[in-house]
Amino acid sequence: MNEFEVSRRRFIGASAAAGGLATASGISCAAVAQTGSPPTRTPEMIDMTLEVNGRRHALTVEPRTTLLDALREELRLTGTKKGCDQGSCGACTVHVDGRRVNACLTLAARCQGKAVTTIEGLSRDGELHPMQAAFLAHDGLQCGYCTPGQIMSAVALVEEGRAVSDSAIREWMSGNICRCGAYTHILAAIKDVVQGG
Amino acid sequence: MENFTLAMPATIEAALAAAQEPDAKFIAGGTDLMQLMKDHVERPQRLVDLEGLPLDTFTIGADGARIGALVRMSDLADDPAFRRHYPVVAEALVASASPQVRNMATIGGNLLQRTRCGYFRDVGFAACNKRQPGSGCAAIQGVNRLHAILGGSDHCVATHASDLAVALVALDAAIEVQGSGGTRNVPITEFYLLPGNTPERETVLMPGEIITAVLVPPSGSGERSHYLKLRDRASFEFALVSAAVVVAIEDGRIRAARVAMGGVGTRPWRLPAVEAALASAAMTPEALANAVAQAAEGARPLAENGFKIPLMQRALARALLTVTA
Repeated sequence: MNEFEVSRRRFIGASAAAGGLATASGISCAAVAQTGSPPTRTPEMIDMTLEVNGRRHALTVEPRTTLLDALREELRLTGTKKGCDQGSCGACTVHVDGRRVNACLTLAARCQGKAVTTIEGLSRDGELHPMQAAFLAHDGLQCGYCTPGQIMSAVALVEEGRAVSDSAIREWMSGNICRCGAYTHILAAIKDVVQGG
Repeated sequence: MENFTLAMPATIEAALAAAQEPDAKFIAGGTDLMQLMKDHVERPQRLVDLEGLPLDTFTIGADGARIGALVRMSDLADDPAFRRHYPVVAEALVASASPQVRNMATIGGNLLQRTRCGYFRDVGFAACNKRQPGSGCAAIQGVNRLHAILGGSDHCVATHASDLAVALVALDAAIEVQGSGGTRNVPITEFYLLPGNTPERETVLMPGEIITAVLVPPSGSGERSHYLKLRDRASFEFALVSAAVVVAIEDGRIRAARVAMGGVGTRPWRLPAVEAALASAAMTPEALANAVAQAAEGARPLAENGFKIPLMQRALARALLTVTA
């Protein structure tokens, strides 16, 4: 991790904290009151163990907490991104028991006893996963927001044996949307991994 | 998303009992229900998780296939034996949603997914008889390019979104249903209800009942099948129009055919007039065109979806040409 990355992350963290203070001071409460939303039901909290990237974490979650929110907000594993939060964009793609799924459509409480792998769990001994390295080598991104999901999907796609042609890769990557339109380079990165492996 | 309590039963009996509480809903793969809950279309007090139930296997035998309701879409579509026996179902499954969603979503849940009508899914619109009975239908005079041309009523014109259901209708499948009163089998052609005056009722499932299995008859000799799906983008999109065709071929002629279409009806749409025209027909372009001409019989297009009539006919023609080639 370089200096820039550290300071950038600290900056984002500080900004988020400031945003939280503004919310606590009543801005969002007033908005809720105006729209007449009903009071939120009191949750029955669930104690659980969540296994992520080989590590077990003891968590207490609301029943409605998604795997995506548990990863990002509870475990601070922010590599998994929240895009649409509706299963339509694939930015939140993770592996659960070796299968690629949308973490935004998965309830955390239903992941007890399952093995979750996120983008943070791909590297080995400080070495990038070949798919991560290929995305870098081929510029498989512009803004990078969809990239963790693209890579998690691409790793699964290769393991599933789907990468048999350009059109097959495109079809089996269709659950991951790239707003910047880096599809050509994403395809090149995946083909590179298949041909190299 | 509103909070809820989560029950995780291990047996069918316990699941049915857990669902007796008011405002309970079953959750299987959750890919549709989670969207609806996030959008406040569904606000259950209690979720009953079906994942622990022993309904996640399928068998294929001389009597046909029995597919447990909790089999994941991807697992069924990937099975070589299933693909060989029922290509039309495998094609419909692979044409559905995305790889991630197919890894999560179940066969039973797919059949019970709700419509993609934007007015149903956006609670910002007051009028939706399916979401709020008696509130009206915003689609009939609204943005209705994607809506049904067949089976609609003055109360609802929403399409049914499942590709799988269309393929299963063409195969004369049956749905095995279980409730506290016992188990029954319902032909899939009788499983889905037309909207009529009660568009909030979409199937014959009674409150507290679950789908336990889908039963598919054995594929007949000389039978070929195909699923064709046309959509606004190449993948990960719901159907504008789709066609499931199952054709039995004998001595170079069509002995019998079963045809269903998606994206056009308020339920998966069976086409008996086309089937009758195809029975004993020669496999010539003229004979197929004669049958296809009857595809949109009874269609009542709305302001924006008249294009579905020719698209429906052409999709069916292409599916039939493919399967008889």
